[in-house]
Amino acid sequence: MIWTPLDTWIVAAAAIAGAACALSGSFLVLRKMSMMGDAISHAVLPGIAVAFILTASRASGALFIGAALVGILTAVLVQIIRQYGRVDHGASMGVVFTVLFAIGLILIEQAAGQVDIHPEHVLFGSVELVPLYTIRVLGANLPRGVVVVTIALVANLVVFAALFKEFRLATFDPELATTLGVNAKLMHYLLMTLVAITTVASFEVVGSILVVAMLVVPGATAHLLTRRLLPFLTVAVVVAIAAAVLGHLAAIGIPPLFGFEDTSTAGSMAVVLGGLFFVAFLFAPEHGVVAKAFARIGLRVSILTQDVLGLLARVTEGTASTSTPRTTTDTLREYRRSPFRRRRSGLQLGLTLLRLRGLVRRRDGRYALTGAGRDAAAGILRTHRLWERFFFDEAGVDLSELHHAADYLEHYTDADLQGALSEELLRPATDPRGRRIPE
Amino acid sequence: MSVDTSAPATTSDTALRVADLTIAYQRKPVLWDVDLVVPAGVVAGIVGPNGAGKSTLIKAVLDLVPHASGLVEVFGKPYRKQRSLVGYVPQRESVDWDYPISALELVEMGLYRKIGWLKPVTRAYRSQALAALEEVGMADFANRQISRLSGGQQQRIFLARALVQDASVYFMDEPFAGVDAATEKAIMAILLRLRQRQKTVFVVHHDLETVREYFDYLIMLNMRVVAAGAVADVFTSDNLRRTYGGRLTLLDRAVDAIGGIRQ
Repeated sequence: MIWTPLDTWIVAAAAIAGAACALSGSFLVLRKMSMMGDAISHAVLPGIAVAFILTASRASGALFIGAALVGILTAVLVQIIRQYGRVDHGASMGVVFTVLFAIGLILIEQAAGQVDIHPEHVLFGSVELVPLYTIRVLGANLPRGVVVVTIALVANLVVFAALFKEFRLATFDPELATTLGVNAKLMHYLLMTLVAITTVASFEVVGSILVVAMLVVPGATAHLLTRRLLPFLTVAVVVAIAAAVLGHLAAIGIPPLFGFEDTSTAGSMAVVLGGLFFVAFLFAPEHGVVAKAFARIGLRVSILTQDVLGLLARVTEGTASTSTPRTTTDTLREYRRSPFRRRRSGLQLGLTLLRLRGLVRRRDGRYALTGAGRDAAAGILRTHRLWERFFFDEAGVDLSELHHAADYLEHYTDADLQGALSEELLRPATDPRGRRIPE
Repeated sequence: MSVDTSAPATTSDTALRVADLTIAYQRKPVLWDVDLVVPAGVVAGIVGPNGAGKSTLIKAVLDLVPHASGLVEVFGKPYRKQRSLVGYVPQRESVDWDYPISALELVEMGLYRKIGWLKPVTRAYRSQALAALEEVGMADFANRQISRLSGGQQQRIFLARALVQDASVYFMDEPFAGVDAATEKAIMAILLRLRQRQKTVFVVHHDLETVREYFDYLIMLNMRVVAAGAVADVFTSDNLRRTYGGRLTLLDRAVDAIGGIRQ
């Protein structure tokens, strides 16, 4: 793999386009209108084609204006068709953007003979060609594509910085926004305009199909990782930039390893974006699959150890208090209400975990609670018996049913709830069967 | 023409006037010819069966759904000119609670109109929002993301947002729905405070048992106004029967017939 200045320009174009798309796309994601990005990115095609045919140049401001107009037109048409056409939002979008897209394709096909534009470049982008076309800006020769996406990024930054709180309000609750003087329709069309402009600017880099990934995936990833809007937007932008760098590296680095030619940067960028989303999906600290699995395992472990502690306390309760009472696993399993009659390994695991935590010790194959273990076990018995008292006194639950109900709730009762329960029951000293409720 | 926000109640004693208001979805009428004149300073309940158009009435007044016909006035002027006097507390289910925003930031939204376009939320405004959170007993949760609040707590931050707005007329869509007893008490306290401050409050409500306790004015709705007035006058078994009795009223059948023809 050889890195040249061309590669730097390619990555710069992709990263800047990605950042711009990530910003406006984030608000689409938050507004739950991600597919509007899909619709607009396709529907602007006729705008591009017409502007291009009229001016015979790719760099003109006419391109942006044409795109912005068609972007707004798309949003308006989708709204009108949904309102009067008796179809849902998705169907309405489907009708509008496919038709506009097709018109754009036909126009470009027809124009391709006379002017320098090709459908495949519009569809898939041509970021590899970006460094080849330069224009003079402020006395320097810069790739035109980089200049164009930079303009789009600046437009996004300026609009979202200036209207940060207005967009936050309008994407959170459009109706409330309207009553508070922030016209949600106006904000909607402003966002659609920005999406259209950003999409058009990014065409050369990623094309009209993959731009959807750049609009939606960074925001979707950020949603898994953040709880505030500013970090949300920051993460989205960082994800987009990372995807540009890693995507280009992968495109020029990986295929040669297997004896193939370089592949499309835009394509591998979209794949990397998908990969980053998947990583967040798995490992996000709160919403990730792994975090949720750990939380579930944690709960099961805590239930298991509480069950074992409670059982040890019950079995040894009432035996001579002069020496530390000890018991075998067989005794524990055969105890009348033992939850471990058929779960020998569960009991062993629980005992091992409790020994590791210093709540239980073992000598000669017999188990006993340590001092800390006795305190913890007393807390569990207390909660259990308070709940039994509660169900018996307040809910009239039958004696034979009490244990089961209390057994479930004891695992979800924290110190606060235990205290409140005791107060509510006027600090009872015994459970319904007359057993002592430990302090 | 500038609006005197400090003492609007004194300029007119009619907080809300609705005349000939008809709302239709897909040409099917949802609210029929609503006429209301509600005095300032009352806490008014809006009751009626499911599908009676309670939320629609609120949204129509707030200009959030298109009117087929009709007129809405707040303190004697069209709603559009009086927007800054009106606060809205939407249904809790109407928003995405996973939105990346804290309780405090949600409350600050109530101040956006005062802050003005393009300007950031400054520290002075932030402390106002914090004071409102304090007022509803939610100051400890200011920095918590809103999905990590219980249903009752979510309702309370909605009310805190309404409080900072300092409106003259409030419309609340089912604030009591699905809240715990503590929140119910907190909401009651807020309603009382709003009444003491001479505010006018409209509350869409489901629980008929608490009507006498919570409200001094009542609007009984079933696609049209069945009765409206002081609770003592209109909360009668006769009106209740006319509001709730028999879903398939003659009006329903007429509406179905209209829908059938137009389809």
